[in-house]
Amino acid sequence: MKAFTYEKPASPAEAASAAARMPDAKFIAGGTNLLDLMKLQIETPAHLVDVNGLGLDTIAATQEGGLRIGALVRNTDLAADARVRTDYGVLSRALVSGASGQLRNKATTAGNLLQRTRCPYFYDTAQPCNKRQPGSGCAAIGGVSRQLGVIGTSEACIATYPGDMAVAMRVLDATVETVDAEGAARKIPVAEFHRLPGDTPQIETALKPGELITAVTLPKPVGGTQVYRKVRDRASYAFALVSVAAIVQRDGSARVAFGGMAPRPWRVEAAEAELAKGAKPAAERIFAGAKPTHDNAFKLKLAERTLDAVLTEARG
Amino acid sequence: MKHPGEFALNRRDLVAGASACTALTVMPLTARAEAPIADRAVKTPVSLTINGRRHDLELDTRTSLLDAVREHAHLTGSKKGCDHGQCGACTMIVGGRRINSCLTLAIMHQGDEITTIEGLGKPDALHPMQAAFIKHDGYQCGFCTPGQICSGVAVLDEIKAGIPSHVTADLTAASEVTASEIRERMSGNICRCGAYSNIVDAMTEVAGRRA
Ligand SMILES: Cc1cc2nc3c(=O)[nH]c(=O)nc-3n(C[C@H](O)[C@H](O)[C@H](O)COP(=O)(O)OP(=O)(O)OC[C@H]3O[C@@H](n4cnc5c(N)ncnc54)[C@H](O)[C@@H]3O)c2cc1C
Ligand code: SF4
Repeated sequence: MKAFTYEKPASPAEAASAAARMPDAKFIAGGTNLLDLMKLQIETPAHLVDVNGLGLDTIAATQEGGLRIGALVRNTDLAADARVRTDYGVLSRALVSGASGQLRNKATTAGNLLQRTRCPYFYDTAQPCNKRQPGSGCAAIGGVSRQLGVIGTSEACIATYPGDMAVAMRVLDATVETVDAEGAARKIPVAEFHRLPGDTPQIETALKPGELITAVTLPKPVGGTQVYRKVRDRASYAFALVSVAAIVQRDGSARVAFGGMAPRPWRVEAAEAELAKGAKPAAERIFAGAKPTHDNAFKLKLAERTLDAVLTEARG
Repeated sequence: MKHPGEFALNRRDLVAGASACTALTVMPLTARAEAPIADRAVKTPVSLTINGRRHDLELDTRTSLLDAVREHAHLTGSKKGCDHGQCGACTMIVGGRRINSCLTLAIMHQGDEITTIEGLGKPDALHPMQAAFIKHDGYQCGFCTPGQICSGVAVLDEIKAGIPSHVTADLTAASEVTASEIRERMSGNICRCGAYSNIVDAMTEVAGRRA
């Protein structure tokens, strides 16, 4: 690990300006993704701004009837919140399907959203990786790619966004709230938060350097039957091959987002009318233009079948 | 632009790369502890409260909570397995919650109440979970055991506190201590000897139910 200096500011404004002031500064929240990567010198910040003293650790009702989730709310606490369990079940379910109990006790809302979009070769510093070292190539293309993306990928990078929580937030139409070093606040729909790799896979989100996430807001509850189904190589404690977050209404209308398929939670609103006709026509629309590799072409069938199972479960 | 073959490689990179390359898929237990390289180490005073006792330490900012406890406070019960949050051998209870002490910095835990295996019980006054692990043979080599026991104690508290898990059928109902709840909640603690079923028995007994 590279040496770094450390500070723990007490307000969001101070934190954002601290991160902007120091070159190569990074925020640290739970540390479960950042320290993992710092140990391998994949992340090499020279200064850490500890955001654990900022408050931002409560869940409050919004005027619109939704919830504002502080950036520092731990994954365990978010999953266990009575309002989330009752009104946003898909979010609770997604959270408890991710990582382990120990990790969820540390992992924060903002940190979880910002976990790196990554692949095994990204971790392997002996391999070329355009994300880790722009311009070096991509070892995953032509390498072992069973776990990797089938859509939204590029010639530069085929990594998937590995998180579960954000897939549920995508189907819930969440909004990310931030503040920058000048104190300017902005709201980013979660749909626009994670970007596709194109030829700059090292840039994964819409955040500007030093911009601090303060909260994620959920609109007022939409009801329906909410399901998160995660298909993986083990029953627990593994990243998704495919996951489906779904909200299915009694009238048959539905929204779905997929994890494990793309460099960001994958949702195609324009295809959701097809869901009334069944999983196959919907999946065909949702994954139109997919470019799977030899290793991961099975994911398209798996996604369709998982969607089918989820719709069947939700529609009873 | 560099070619794959032109990468400047040193042994550290190789070790790190080899150990992490399957991390996303299978989480092997092969990552190794690493010697910090000597680039401008930043030292700072850190005071930790471990098992009710205060330790005033002078630490490199890079020091993980695990390394601080083992190498500086000399409490070596907590183990370093993977050092990447994958195996659970380093599990401690911090502020009432179990965490992977390898994936957090010591400096971030000043003022927190830190409990390690040494703080749960003593050889002549075992914690009920420690006693149950012995009774049910909840280990073989013992390396993962301190983490398993800390996790086991915290898991029962999590169930009592109504925190749901992946296998909780009804999100709006209270969770119960069932074998499947225990297995799911303990999945962050790997045991290479495979003592899992005996660990479930030990935890079930402590929870007040027969396996
Ligand atoms: C073994 C293992 C298994 C895992 N399995 C899963 C899984 O199955 N599913 C899943 O979804 N995840 C999984 N994870 C990932 C885990 O969920 C993330 O590591 C965690 O959510 C990150 O949160 P954190 O608070 O610890 O982030 P940190 O590591 O503290 O930060 C992550 C990033 O976010 C930035 N950041 C943090 N807070 C803010 C803020 N307020 N504003 C701006 N930037 C900020 C940091 O600078 C850093 O770049 C796994 C992790 C491990 C180690
Ligand atoms: S898929 Fe992306 S993260 Fe993986 S090696 Fe290629 S460029 Fe790197």
